[in-house]
Amino acid sequence: MIKLSPIFTLSAALLLAAAAANTQTPAAAPAGNAAPTGNATHGKELFVKYSCYACHGFSGQNGNGARLVPMKFPQVGFIAYVRNPPRANQMPSYSPKVLADADLADIYAYIKTLPDSAPPAATVPILSQILSQNQ
Amino acid sequence: MAKIKKLKVDRRGFLKGAAASAAVGAVGSVVSGSDAVAQEQVAQRNATAQPNPATLAADTGVRPVVSSRIVEKPGSDFMVDVLKTLDLEYVAANPGSTFEGLHESLINYGDNKMPELLTCCHEESAVAMAHGYAKIEGKPMMALIHGDIGLQHASMAIYNAYADRVPIYMVVGNHADGAERSSGVQSLHSAQDLGELVRDYVKWDDQPWSLGHFAESAVRAYNIARTPPMGPTLITMAAELQLHPNTQPGLRIPRLSRTSPPQGDSTAVAEAARMLVNAERPMIMTERTARTPDGMKLMIELAETLQAPVSSNERMDFPNRHPLAGAGFANYDPDVVISLEVNDVSGTARAARARNAKTISISSIDLSHKANIQEFGKYSEVDLDIGADAEATLPALIEQINKLITPDRKRAMQGRGAKIAAAHKEARKKAIELASVGWDASPVSLNRLCAELWPQIKDLDWSLVSWQGFISGWPGRLWNFDKHYQYIGGQGAGGMGYGAPAAVGAALANKKHGRFSVSIQTDGDLNYAPGVLWTAAHHRIPLLTIMHNNRGYHQEVMFIEQAASIRNRGADRAHIGTKLWDPDINYAKMAQAYGMEGFGPITDPKDLAPTFRKAIELVRKGEPAMIDVVTQPR
Repeated sequence: MIKLSPIFTLSAALLLAAAAANTQTPAAAPAGNAAPTGNATHGKELFVKYSCYACHGFSGQNGNGARLVPMKFPQVGFIAYVRNPPRANQMPSYSPKVLADADLADIYAYIKTLPDSAPPAATVPILSQILSQNQ
Repeated sequence: MAKIKKLKVDRRGFLKGAAASAAVGAVGSVVSGSDAVAQEQVAQRNATAQPNPATLAADTGVRPVVSSRIVEKPGSDFMVDVLKTLDLEYVAANPGSTFEGLHESLINYGDNKMPELLTCCHEESAVAMAHGYAKIEGKPMMALIHGDIGLQHASMAIYNAYADRVPIYMVVGNHADGAERSSGVQSLHSAQDLGELVRDYVKWDDQPWSLGHFAESAVRAYNIARTPPMGPTLITMAAELQLHPNTQPGLRIPRLSRTSPPQGDSTAVAEAARMLVNAERPMIMTERTARTPDGMKLMIELAETLQAPVSSNERMDFPNRHPLAGAGFANYDPDVVISLEVNDVSGTARAARARNAKTISISSIDLSHKANIQEFGKYSEVDLDIGADAEATLPALIEQINKLITPDRKRAMQGRGAKIAAAHKEARKKAIELASVGWDASPVSLNRLCAELWPQIKDLDWSLVSWQGFISGWPGRLWNFDKHYQYIGGQGAGGMGYGAPAAVGAALANKKHGRFSVSIQTDGDLNYAPGVLWTAAHHRIPLLTIMHNNRGYHQEVMFIEQAASIRNRGADRAHIGTKLWDPDINYAKMAQAYGMEGFGPITDPKDLAPTFRKAIELVRKGEPAMIDVVTQPR
């Protein structure tokens, strides 16, 4: 019944810092060996089944986790990251026992199909208006 | 849980008679054939159902005009007289037999005014409504609670209010006299020491043994609840005191004396001022400083005097678009941090020690510790700890700071303030730009939801009566919060089930001021006790509820996912026990079932704006309305 909750703040700066941390696209990893093309349909199933959406959103770009769309990692880098995220508490790791490389390749293929739905704020009338109030 | 009223002897007799009648009917249809024995039994029963001549004469003969059982001046009427002196606008209650005497007095003797009774479908809803109300109005609402079972229902909401330092005026009924109460339900709903059930998380409680004692304790409880650090107080009220005639001569109601909030020691305050004025990068952190509208004004004055950044948690302590809102500019490592009414300063103090910085705390929480519940957090090694109410101490602190500021320090502060303001503006711009991410996504992104809502409410006198924690703080990033009533913060103790009733209570407080209340309501929270929607509809409480329907207890989804990962088991079963799908819950239909207009479910973000428009129009006319929006998880 009682839930632990992360601390969120009304204060602009802390919110802004959190926003930046939560939505930044991961830096590109060096390209490795060419990997097999994944099955995006199966990848979609796995994306939901393994709760990828929980942190990255069903859109792959909304939530507490890093923004996956547009995907900046090559497939090999993506798999390496998921296997062993470099920083503690950044995201759960997924070992080969849990998800095979082929499964991760399928998830990767699915993420690549997700539309990049992030128009420049200045082109969205509502956001443009809010931006203008910031002057 | 329904409460069973006591069965009196005459009612038992009635039930016995009803059962016999039913048997007669059933048997009668059988014996319409040729069962003579059964027919004889029916005849006998019919005969016993008729009064004999002696009974008939006794029941219809000459009797006193007024029943001798009538109580002309019950004790609970006097209790209402007491309560009416305490500026209580409302009393929220789920009905219960341990307070039936006071209930009747409130609605008839008290004319259901000051306080007016609010019908609640759960005791937790009643107390949480009072919680939300107090956060807007700054004073307690009364919650009337049933003995034992009602108090246990209410306990979670009481704990939230205690941890959130919110005043709630609670009265709980009790069949205190063992000689007078009956077996069964009355005994089940009685206790030797009822307050003990929640004593770990109420500020004060008492069980008066006479009406005079009730008057004194009732007034004392009100004052204690409102004195910082504020909190819920509880009066256990014997059913016998309510129901018996008031025969006590010379009863009087004590005048309410208000205790002034504790102000910081003058030497310590002067030292705090010296540390802040001499600091190169001071930082102000606040959680629950602004108890009153003046609190926010004082916060602004402090920040502007020092030209220091303000990080505001939990409450509406500081305007989010103020140039000094935030954590300062890049690499702004504070050398002095002042924490105002921050519950747990340990992390701030630890980080400060690591960079040889100093920490000051002004908090009333140090004046009200209990032992069992660990809500006080980790031990904080601060350098200057002032046990006092922060809002009450700010005038003296600001005065001392002004005395110490030299022209040189003032120039340095102004330079610092300009850099902080520039950083604030840039950070805010980045935050707004991020709001376009997932703009057309379905399910709907929370940034889009909040962005679409803002232009439709920004010119109203609005109030956000829900917590931002589960919606990634998007209102704080996009909207302009500059009034004390525009945000009520979180649960206090992280107890779910608070959100929906707190929103209704806050909206009720906003109603008399003509404010527009909006709640972005999480689905998991609403499902604890959705009956509060009926309370909102029944009492015509204008509130726009927008469902953040992510179909699950999402925080727990992430926790289970993390736990499974650590154990190398995968997250493919993390939905078990955490998701609210299969079947999906239709909140528009839920709202309609409870008597308010329901819209949705909305899955296409293009439908947000027109639906908001329709619902806002309804709410502005004085009705509650709900929009079900199927959302991204966060």
